[in-house]
Amino acid sequence: MTVTDLEVAHGGTPAGKEHIYTQQPVLSARKLVITFGRVVGLDGVDLDLYPGEVLAVIGDNGAGKSTLIKCLTGAYVADSGEITMNGQTVHFRKPQDAREAGIETVYQQLAVIPALDIASNLYLAREERRKGPLGSIFRMLDKKGMERRAGQSVQDLGIQTIQNMNQAVETLSGGQRQAVAVARAAAFGSKVVVLDEPTAALGVKESGMVLDMVKQLRDKGLSIILISHNMPHVWEVADRIHIQRLGGRAGVITPQTHDMGEGVAIMTGAKRLDAA
Amino acid sequence: MTATTVTSAAAEFARRQQSPVQRIQHQLHGRPWLSPLFLLLVAFVAFFVATPTFLTANSMGILLQQTAIVAALAVGQTLVILTAGIDLSVGAIMVLSMMVMATLSKDGGMPGVLGLFVGLLLAVGAGALNGLLVTRINLPPFIVTLGTLSIYTAIALLYSGGESIQSAHLPGLLNFLGDGFGIGAFRLTWGIVVVVIIYAVVGFALSQTAWGRYVYAVGDDPESARLSGVPSKRILLAVYTVAGLIYGIAAWVLIGRAGAATPNAVPDANLQSITAVVIGGTSLFGGRGRLVGSLIGALIVQTLQFGLSQMGVDQQWRVLATGILVVVAVAVDQWIRKVKA
Repeated sequence: MTVTDLEVAHGGTPAGKEHIYTQQPVLSARKLVITFGRVVGLDGVDLDLYPGEVLAVIGDNGAGKSTLIKCLTGAYVADSGEITMNGQTVHFRKPQDAREAGIETVYQQLAVIPALDIASNLYLAREERRKGPLGSIFRMLDKKGMERRAGQSVQDLGIQTIQNMNQAVETLSGGQRQAVAVARAAAFGSKVVVLDEPTAALGVKESGMVLDMVKQLRDKGLSIILISHNMPHVWEVADRIHIQRLGGRAGVITPQTHDMGEGVAIMTGAKRLDAA
Repeated sequence: MTATTVTSAAAEFARRQQSPVQRIQHQLHGRPWLSPLFLLLVAFVAFFVATPTFLTANSMGILLQQTAIVAALAVGQTLVILTAGIDLSVGAIMVLSMMVMATLSKDGGMPGVLGLFVGLLLAVGAGALNGLLVTRINLPPFIVTLGTLSIYTAIALLYSGGESIQSAHLPGLLNFLGDGFGIGAFRLTWGIVVVVIIYAVVGFALSQTAWGRYVYAVGDDPESARLSGVPSKRILLAVYTVAGLIYGIAAWVLIGRAGAATPNAVPDANLQSITAVVIGGTSLFGGRGRLVGSLIGALIVQTLQFGLSQMGVDQQWRVLATGILVVVAVAVDQWIRKVKA
């Protein structure tokens, strides 16, 4: 049985987008296991992400959502299991490895440095140096250039509220910080963007802004993994929904085939997907 | 009855913020090096009024020479404190390095260049050991450097037998930084020039290179820095190692300044270097501060010491004054931080 057959068996493919699911998954995980002492974080999880789709990952607290994406993005190294990108096995030992493979992550804690300005944060750990000897010998940063391009990245996402790239991130609101983190991922993610609870700390209007950004990124052809507790947000933007339960994958559904109530029922174990 | 105007609570608050004290607070928040600079000016004016010999070309030259040591140590200390650490082994590394340089090359034992090189190498190694203990074994910097403070001090004393080595027994190279040139009665030593160069180089690295940004990032939020792809451990190790090298250079400057290598030279180097950094506006919690602030801080510490000694105040009182200065500086820093709004 091929991967695609498995997906269909679980919950089908979104109507009108079937062509996506005949392709090879851009990112795949098989039987991921990770333990923290006696606590089992992941108990043999499978995941498939296809090109140009938004895959939501939902699950109760402790179901292993964040742990799963940390394994996929190099923040944790799985004890066993296999991760492949476009069919090639990959080994991410640190976040930098995943980034170099084209996976950008917006962590729940945002991973922005409050004391640094917006441009510095956008280019953190991939600074650009000046041309000529100033850059090559003296390793001088191209501050003006990075500032200009950072402004462009922020503008590309339609973020109106941030104007000054020299503003320290600590002076920004929660929504603006989220926007900075998403803009960073969008600017550098070449294949996959992972968002962990991007709307959890945000108000209604700011959440809407972030969801719009997610759709924009998908329309640019990126694949997106969205971890969220917010079912209306998931059902609004997701193409497929991976349901995580007790450290494993309980199933994959689509917003068309299942409603939120059924999704939550599978998530909590009140209902088994096979019986649906 | 006085007439009251009806305003909204927010408008009331905004109006209240216009008070002069709060305006000063705002200014200081935006420019954290302003308050130490102001303090330095106040100290200068006070000592100028108190002692006629303070503001003379001769005195200023001596003040700068005395400041050079603490200012150099403060560079290493600033780097470590920016990463949310603290280095208590500052003075110990300097003294160890100094005693090794001097003992190896005394009375023509070893060429000055080689003695200097081994001394600097040892300082680098001592700094790197601090860094390794912090990054590999994950011990808090306070504990690590508290331990190495005793270890390095003991080794320095054991190695040198606790004896001073006078400059007459040392090769010219080790004494060189005590030489200098005069502009009238105002005398600058090569040691001061070296310290200025250290400030320029490290200041450039901190403000203009990716390495500098990583130092701030690691100190401000280590987990976010790691997730962003900053090689946190490598940066920390580099910071302690570079700090070690700077303490080694400070040892060289000190031999020239003191005219001897003495195991108990600069007994309060730790207190003074931390004081300089903190007065200079660098946060002990890491991630915030400017190197130039530490230079101003070192000048303040030494101005206080020098001015009080010119006035004939006893050493113990000078240490007391330094202690009070630290507490006041940190209190002012906390007050400035409360602005936020």
